[in-house]
Amino acid sequence: MSAGTLYDKVWDLHRVAELPGGSTQLFIGLHLIHEVTSPQAFAALRDLGLSVRHPERTVATVDHIVPTTSQARPFADPLAEEMLATLEANCAEHGITLHGLGSGRQGIVHVIAPELGLTQPGMTVACGDSHTSTHGAFGAIAFGIGTSQVRDVLASQSLAMAKLKVRRIWVDGRLQSGVYAKDLVLHIIRTLGVKGGVGYAYEFAGPAIEALSMEERMTLCNMAIEGGARCGYVNPDQVTFDYLRGRPEAPAGEDWDRAVAWWRSLASDAAAEFDDEARFDAAAIAPTVTWGITPGQGIGVDETVPTPEELDPDERPLAGEAYRYMDLRPGVPIAGTPVDVCFIGSCTNGRLSDLQAAAAVAQGRQVAPGIRAFVVPGSEQVAAAAEAEGLHEVFRSAGFEWRQPGCSMCLAMNPDRLEGRQISASSSNRNFKGRQGSASGRTLLMSPAMVAAAAVAGHVVDVRLLLAEPGATGSCIDSAPAASAAGAGR
Amino acid sequence: MTRHPLPAGPISAHRGRGLPLPGADIDTDRIIPARFLKCITFDHLATGVFADDRSERAGAHPFDREEHQGASVLVVNRNFGCGSSREHAPQALMRWGIRALVGESFAEIFFGNCLALGLPCLTADPDHVAELQEAIAVDPGAELLVDLEAMEVVLESEFAGDNRWPVTLDPGPRRMLLSGHWDGTSQLVARDAELTTTAAALPYLNGFR
Ligand code: SF4
Repeated sequence: MSAGTLYDKVWDLHRVAELPGGSTQLFIGLHLIHEVTSPQAFAALRDLGLSVRHPERTVATVDHIVPTTSQARPFADPLAEEMLATLEANCAEHGITLHGLGSGRQGIVHVIAPELGLTQPGMTVACGDSHTSTHGAFGAIAFGIGTSQVRDVLASQSLAMAKLKVRRIWVDGRLQSGVYAKDLVLHIIRTLGVKGGVGYAYEFAGPAIEALSMEERMTLCNMAIEGGARCGYVNPDQVTFDYLRGRPEAPAGEDWDRAVAWWRSLASDAAAEFDDEARFDAAAIAPTVTWGITPGQGIGVDETVPTPEELDPDERPLAGEAYRYMDLRPGVPIAGTPVDVCFIGSCTNGRLSDLQAAAAVAQGRQVAPGIRAFVVPGSEQVAAAAEAEGLHEVFRSAGFEWRQPGCSMCLAMNPDRLEGRQISASSSNRNFKGRQGSASGRTLLMSPAMVAAAAVAGHVVDVRLLLAEPGATGSCIDSAPAASAAGAGR
Repeated sequence: MTRHPLPAGPISAHRGRGLPLPGADIDTDRIIPARFLKCITFDHLATGVFADDRSERAGAHPFDREEHQGASVLVVNRNFGCGSSREHAPQALMRWGIRALVGESFAEIFFGNCLALGLPCLTADPDHVAELQEAIAVDPGAELLVDLEAMEVVLESEFAGDNRWPVTLDPGPRRMLLSGHWDGTSQLVARDAELTTTAAALPYLNGFR
């Protein structure tokens, strides 16, 4: 039994009632909606003759279906236009705030709620999207829900939930230069499995976690769900408070000091009991790349695609499917795998620091011939901040396309998609078959810096080699003198 | 082709033919590819079920095979429904005609989404699932009884006689299905007074006092 954890404290505060079915009715502090999973919920609400119980606790944006080249209305795709028009009508009818295109606040739902200060420690956060776990970075209990549950939250501001167990994931040490939160979480999922977290909330803790920025913590919690954990969280600390201070929806004035005092009290107690614990050493983690068709099929960039003999017997059937689908042979190094498309963006890695890390690699280099590379900021605010720093120019002069914000090729519900058997280096979160818009398209997940490195090399490459070079100017990294890297640390 | 009505009220048993779908970690992107999500009602989702897998296997996919048309009990393996939380996945299965699932294990969000639609997801031992899939393959016309009272699945085969396998389901979801309380919205709305009390004690709704 977990006791004295943040999860327990937040759960207890939000408990409304015990339900006959054995689940708990839980108050939802923040409900986020978007165009894909809300229309059916509003329709169901209408059928039941119910209204939205707390419209002020629901916030909407549009992200999944928006084009990233031209966002002029009406959209070229009539279905996409219908979905957005439906969201606009539903929000207007029920008095729900919608951060629409051109508002300066639009973006991927899991990017905008934190940057607006809507996501705060100690809240319960629900959204009809599995990557809602992102918001756990603030010490919130945040989880994805289905459309029926979106209807429930709209109708009652609450959900019927079963309590999870809590596993503490303790990470010692520090990530090396060139190794990012994405690598850390891919490594954790690789180790614990895509199902390892089923039934658990993941508490990420330890020196390596405390050293992460808020944006890195969001990347980490974002992918908790890919490890099977419906929510993942980090205890709130000074890093959290510094991030939130001054954000539009964050507490201000006298409220701020009281808020910080309360937030501090929410962190798991030193004597908290966990249902389980797993330990990692951050310093031992290399840039990590997936080679297969689940996020758990990851390896260090310096490793070889595992052979069946290296895998547990129950992983072998899926590995066999992955070799065939990905057209990768067991025993071959993942570095050197050619790519066709390079995508930087998504709710996992579409924030300012992600674009900065990718731009640092792209700076002074050129996208390799024949590669399509594009950068999709996670929100209008991210786009504006990146442009203020000139990152768009860095990318453009390196041969990347600079796009408008949205989910884009993370799941390809908009025009951005792979074609045929194309293989992508992607900073997104899922490498499932067909995920990026082509039924036979292939995805290699990695950090944004690794995607940028793949774009300039034309194949998977260890980004640490590029970062070690003293300011590239050449057109292709393969032609850069490797020996001159000596002494040029980052 | 038999068409089973959409689930309503208490669900204690379901009777229908089985559809074995072997494979671990079948995710919701495969169950319903993302391009089918561009819709504002669920009514037409049946056509998208396993669309990519089916076109890849050109008629040989279990959902396309003649003998499984009209089947309503899907028999799957480990971690079925992992990945995206899209409720379109159970909705698409339900619109196709599925009314109950039996498998080694189910992804959590998928399980919850099924429950909210009145689709029981029952778990069984891997060996039993394999036997069940095998038995359906041998006699695809046999009726399956999915019994939530007795917690077993019975295959009523003309050739092999009755065969039964135990299944499990957590007591909470089981009670919800048996009592007809799986449509939870009304229960949640009913506790508005308690909800107001809870909200009144939440620091972030009250100036952090
Ligand atoms: S970026 Fe990808 S994972 Fe994130 S909300 Fe959009 S589609 Fe979902």
